[in-house]
Amino acid sequence: MWWRDVGTLRIVAQVVAVAAAFAFLGYLYRNLVTNLRAQGIGTGFEFLARPAGVNVAGSGFEASQPVRSVILLGVKNTLALVIVGVPVLTVVGVVVGIARLSSNWLVRKAASVYVETLRNIPPLLVILIAFNAVLLPLPTIDNALHPLGVLVVSNRELGVPWLVPREGSGLYLLVLTVALVLAAGIWVWRTRRFDSTGAPHHRVLWSSAFLVGVGIGAYFLIGTPFQVSLPEVRDRIVVGGMAARASYVAVLVALAMYTASHVAEITRGSILAVPKGQTEAANALALTRFQRLRFVVLPQAFRIAIPPMINQFLNFTKNTSLGIAVGYAEVTLVTFQAIGNGYPAPQMILILMGVYLVFSLTISALVNILNRRLQFVTR
Amino acid sequence: MASRTTSTRRRGPALLWVQENLFSTWLNTLFTLIFGGLFLFAGVALVRFFLHAQFQIIVTNLTLFMVGRFPRELLWRVWVSNSLIVAAIGLAAGASRGSAKAGLEEAGLPVGGSRPREVVQRFWPILLLILVLLSLSRTWVPTGLTIVMGVTGLGAFACGVVLPASRRNWSFFVAVLMLVSAFAVLVVLGGKGWDSWGGLHLTVVVSALGILFAFPLGVLFAVGRRSSLPAIRFLSVWYIEFVRGVPLITLLLMGMFALRFLLPRGLNPGSVTRVLIAITLFSGAYVAENVRGGLQAVPKGQMEAALALGMGTWTTQRRIVLPQALRAVIPALVGQFISLFKDTSLLSIVGILELLSVSKIVNAQPSFFGQGLASVTLPFVGLIYWVGSYTMSRESRRIEGRLGVGER
Repeated sequence: MWWRDVGTLRIVAQVVAVAAAFAFLGYLYRNLVTNLRAQGIGTGFEFLARPAGVNVAGSGFEASQPVRSVILLGVKNTLALVIVGVPVLTVVGVVVGIARLSSNWLVRKAASVYVETLRNIPPLLVILIAFNAVLLPLPTIDNALHPLGVLVVSNRELGVPWLVPREGSGLYLLVLTVALVLAAGIWVWRTRRFDSTGAPHHRVLWSSAFLVGVGIGAYFLIGTPFQVSLPEVRDRIVVGGMAARASYVAVLVALAMYTASHVAEITRGSILAVPKGQTEAANALALTRFQRLRFVVLPQAFRIAIPPMINQFLNFTKNTSLGIAVGYAEVTLVTFQAIGNGYPAPQMILILMGVYLVFSLTISALVNILNRRLQFVTR
Repeated sequence: MASRTTSTRRRGPALLWVQENLFSTWLNTLFTLIFGGLFLFAGVALVRFFLHAQFQIIVTNLTLFMVGRFPRELLWRVWVSNSLIVAAIGLAAGASRGSAKAGLEEAGLPVGGSRPREVVQRFWPILLLILVLLSLSRTWVPTGLTIVMGVTGLGAFACGVVLPASRRNWSFFVAVLMLVSAFAVLVVLGGKGWDSWGGLHLTVVVSALGILFAFPLGVLFAVGRRSSLPAIRFLSVWYIEFVRGVPLITLLLMGMFALRFLLPRGLNPGSVTRVLIAITLFSGAYVAENVRGGLQAVPKGQMEAALALGMGTWTTQRRIVLPQALRAVIPALVGQFISLFKDTSLLSIVGILELLSVSKIVNAQPSFFGQGLASVTLPFVGLIYWVGSYTMSRESRRIEGRLGVGER
């Protein structure tokens, strides 16, 4: 009988599943349209051009600018967290993870306390503690502290010295880029020479010496293309240097520390996951401790660590949405505010989800490419 | 490295251990001095915090932290409900202990007695938390009721252990019944629905119900993702990847602000119901990925053997694949439960009075406003979260070891 044929059943099952899914979505969509119409809200995205009516503290954003631009500003602020946060959390996490394997008992314990404390409390709580219990009790901007004479510390903004470009900075950066390419060339040359003659390559020494030499030489030849700018408080704003709002610092530091605790566990796990025989073989070959780590253990641990590590970067990116709790104007907060100003919630949330999906899918595409390239060639 | 240190500790004198572990090289000595200083500094800071902190804010609001705005005259319902839960857990634990004991006796192996010391070692954070909470209470009533609850749990445990083998399955049924009635006690006959619940109680309920509802959803999508039918596979992958790609807060915002537009007019569930829907959809995707891991761990030969025996696709999945997969997945599910437990803190952003929101509103009370007491309430809330997550993660590692996951 044809209707008991597996081929037919497979097709029927798929058609039914897809039809059910579409029927469900269609039902939700119809409800959405009916409800929005009933409340006199449009179903389109025309509202994006209307004034946002949102003031974003400390950005110069005006309430008359359209919703579109405030979302873009939010995306920019989210990226500002990710770009600074990811390197910081990686370094902290890897250091703590290695510290958990230290031969020093005290270092090991300190790292465990760090990991076990932070990993087991909600990231939102870490952010709130950083903001409400650490940064808010600092002096107000009128009584800002100036530790070491070069920093500005207040409960609204924090400032650090920064380099500002002057005349010739573009030229200097160009020279540095060229030098970087040349340094890479030197690296390749030293490596080839080592491969053919066996003479010690010292490629790190050679290329970095070249780079540093050019960097210092060009700096004085062009005539100080960069200048150090110190932050100071003027009219209740930090001018000069690099200033960051307290909410930004709170989210950045808290989330970086929280995520670092997970990265530390990944680091530790990956190093321990390298088969013990590898270490023993390295010892049998009389490799030094450094050689053993550099050429045998770490390259393998690195491969194991990459996918979960990037997953943590993704988590960090998604967790930046918690900036909403301390008033940091990242994309979730501005969306929330726009909804509060009467812009239609379904569309706004759809855009918000779209933004995060772009982040996530980009990162997971990266993972897949890396995974394919880094995988061991096996049988 | 670690194994060497423990062996020297056992063999050599304490001095040798100190030399090996703290001062083996000049670098190590430097580290020891730096970190010793750090620990000393942290210890002093901690002592100073305890000496100066104003715990009055917690003492005054302890009930608020525990149950939110649950009507105070109905608090007995919470106690009864909690006792039922404790009894249910005790009964189930007792029954499984009883069956383990019977198994050992049958095999002629020695049966270890109950070891209170082991219980303390395993659950010291929870015991500590209970002590802290009771010491912050103003009356002796909670202490008395806690003791009653503890006795109830122990009694149920004893009942479970001595239960004859034929009645063991029955005891699990009773435990489930107790859990359901624990819920009913709060709601029926003049009780309050979960929109009036709050504090730690709501946090625990939302995470438990979230994982409970997410589980079937997750199994469905996990099986769907491994289906040989492309359309079903695509639907599952899309769902899972979509949900995993967005932060929980966006789904919560959807639940709070956009869900009412998606439902038929007139249907407007309460706020806790709405966030529970969001949380279920969210956790479902993560549970699906966990279950998928478990499904992948089941050797293909198992399914082939079942098919060779003439079992159908459904029977094979239900009787052969899923039982093995789900067993391997328990630790990962506990992990998911832990992160859900932590994630419930986000409910404070959408205005639900769970544990973290309580710490926010008590700081706005006239008698405590503007005194910087967030530095007291936030660590207090943090301690509760920490105890819950830390205990569960240790238990999950224990289960993992017992199941031998990752060793096969």
